[in-house]
Amino acid sequence: MATLKTTDDNPNLEKTKWDRVQEMDEFRLLILAKKEFVVPATVFFVVYYFALPVLVGYAPAFMSRKVLGPVNIAYLFALSQFFMAWGIAFAYVSAAKRFDKFGAHILETLKREGYDDKQDGKRGL
Amino acid sequence: MHFDMTLILFLGFIAITLGITAWASRRSGSSASFFAANRQITAWQNGVAVAGDYMSAASFLGIAGLIAFFGYDGFLYSVGWLVAYLTVLLIVAEPLRNAGKYTMADVLAYRMNPRPVRAMASLSTLTVSTFYMIAQMIGAGSLVALLLKGSHISFTVAVSGVGVLMIVYVVFGGMLATTWVQIIKAVLLIAGTILLSVLVLAHFHFSFVEFFQAISQVTYHTPDGKVVVKDFMTPGLRFKLPYGPLELISLGVALIFGTAGLPHILVRFYTVPDAKTARYSVVWAMVIIGSFYIMTTFLGFGAATIVGRDFISKNGGTNMSAPLLAKVIAGDVFFAFISAIAFATILAVVAGLTISASTSFAHDFWTNVIHSGVERKPGEERLVARIAAFAVGAISITIAIILGPTANVAFLVALAFAVAASANLPVIVFSIYWKRFNTSGAVCGLLFGLIGSIVLILIGPSIMGIDAATVVGAARHPIQHVPIFPLENPGILSVPIGFAGAILGTLLGKKDPHAIQRFEELEVRANTGLGSEKATAH
Repeated sequence: MATLKTTDDNPNLEKTKWDRVQEMDEFRLLILAKKEFVVPATVFFVVYYFALPVLVGYAPAFMSRKVLGPVNIAYLFALSQFFMAWGIAFAYVSAAKRFDKFGAHILETLKREGYDDKQDGKRGL
Repeated sequence: MHFDMTLILFLGFIAITLGITAWASRRSGSSASFFAANRQITAWQNGVAVAGDYMSAASFLGIAGLIAFFGYDGFLYSVGWLVAYLTVLLIVAEPLRNAGKYTMADVLAYRMNPRPVRAMASLSTLTVSTFYMIAQMIGAGSLVALLLKGSHISFTVAVSGVGVLMIVYVVFGGMLATTWVQIIKAVLLIAGTILLSVLVLAHFHFSFVEFFQAISQVTYHTPDGKVVVKDFMTPGLRFKLPYGPLELISLGVALIFGTAGLPHILVRFYTVPDAKTARYSVVWAMVIIGSFYIMTTFLGFGAATIVGRDFISKNGGTNMSAPLLAKVIAGDVFFAFISAIAFATILAVVAGLTISASTSFAHDFWTNVIHSGVERKPGEERLVARIAAFAVGAISITIAIILGPTANVAFLVALAFAVAASANLPVIVFSIYWKRFNTSGAVCGLLFGLIGSIVLILIGPSIMGIDAATVVGAARHPIQHVPIFPLENPGILSVPIGFAGAILGTLLGKKDPHAIQRFEELEVRANTGLGSEKATAH
């Protein structure tokens, strides 16, 4: 299998390269920073989203209460889901600018240390 | 008169898209261009194309109809379709773009023993895509029967027409033509929806208070002739206890986990130059998709208040709500315009499904499973994909015609999402994020998710049920028995089954040092883009 052999074909260069990034402090920081955003954001949107069918299904009287003229809580909560999704999306985009900087810096360090990114653009697949 | 107008508008759409296909065919001279449009699609283009790939006739006609008939409960449907994109954005899109080449199986094969994993992933992709496609094509045929009542275009002609067009787009134009068909369709769909929404608001003198007051008092007749006045803002008109809320939650699970496992959406992220562009394109898609689903408020409630349930029931039923709204509010020409958009909508979605199915067959199954990852001669993978596209199209046309216009196809869409959520998503997530994950885990996850979804649907109310003797033909349940599983959508149970299969398979299998070592590489690659597939010049 071509897919399996690549690493063995050129063990020194390949292994060092991936290991080199793995041992960089910046890479650990990048993974940590991503986790710090993605995990709470995911938990939040899943809970917020499933609160809608649960409340509508099991507390319909409460959700039918009119709060804004003829508009009830159920509709406002459903509508708020759209803005929740957009809000998290935009927050992620702005947080990800920092991730991109980490990434670019890691690749620069690699290049400075003599690795050629283009060389293995095709590896592994 | 109106169907001539619809036909002219639709022929215009076909002429433009065929022109694009001819242009794209001259540019698709390599595999990267045929399967991934040279990875040169920009963020906004891909965002619009994702929206065009995703917003199906079920969204446009189906949800508008559900709101027109069941009010708020129909609108509940709209919400999950957007929120699901957070899973795509936060968890799947960027690592997938960085680690893969043409298909979702690339990411699994990166760490695992490629042959069994690709074979299973390809089977799952083909299942999701063809089921979804058959549902779309039957939808297209029924739509023609309704919209062009009195014309000489039959169900069979409509299904064959849609099928032949999608084959032409994909076989000759590849991913580039498919992308532009999706972009044009999305723009048309959004334009039509905005126009309809403004007209609905104009009907209520641009007063939201007046609009929502009308929704609070919708009048219609029950089948036995009684007059009913209902507040359509109230939840519970459709989803009633005991199983209604569970059905909603189960649908939510399938959407939230399934969208990020839909092969025809995932392949779109290989058409952009890098992970950052993929990220921005998801946000573009979310803005468009979200705006569209918010506007279903005006389409659906507008149809409920301005057209009314009684009139819609007599003139084709729920799915005709949006086109009938156009007709009542702005006349025949607008009705023709909205009808033409509905066709364009179906065409763009089936083209996306066809290219993802044929790419998976050619790249995963043919090249990597049968021929160990090497093309025997240049261009073979593309040739196989073209043949596969032709075969997938021909099979879908045939099955759609055999099932016929009255077939209940909602369960096919439910099945597609359930398989995507239960089989595809767990193994994608574990491949990217779980170090210990191995080949047996991937194969078990895919297998459990696939079989779990199919079995739960077979023993659920879509297939099993007891019909009165008056119900005949395709509308009858295939198995006359009380359903064993009470929900139409199996997500709430089948997604945990898929995850459990992946976890069990991993822990029961041997620790795989190769998969663990490759995880370290994948982690670097997914997070930094090091070594990822680059855009190519054409």
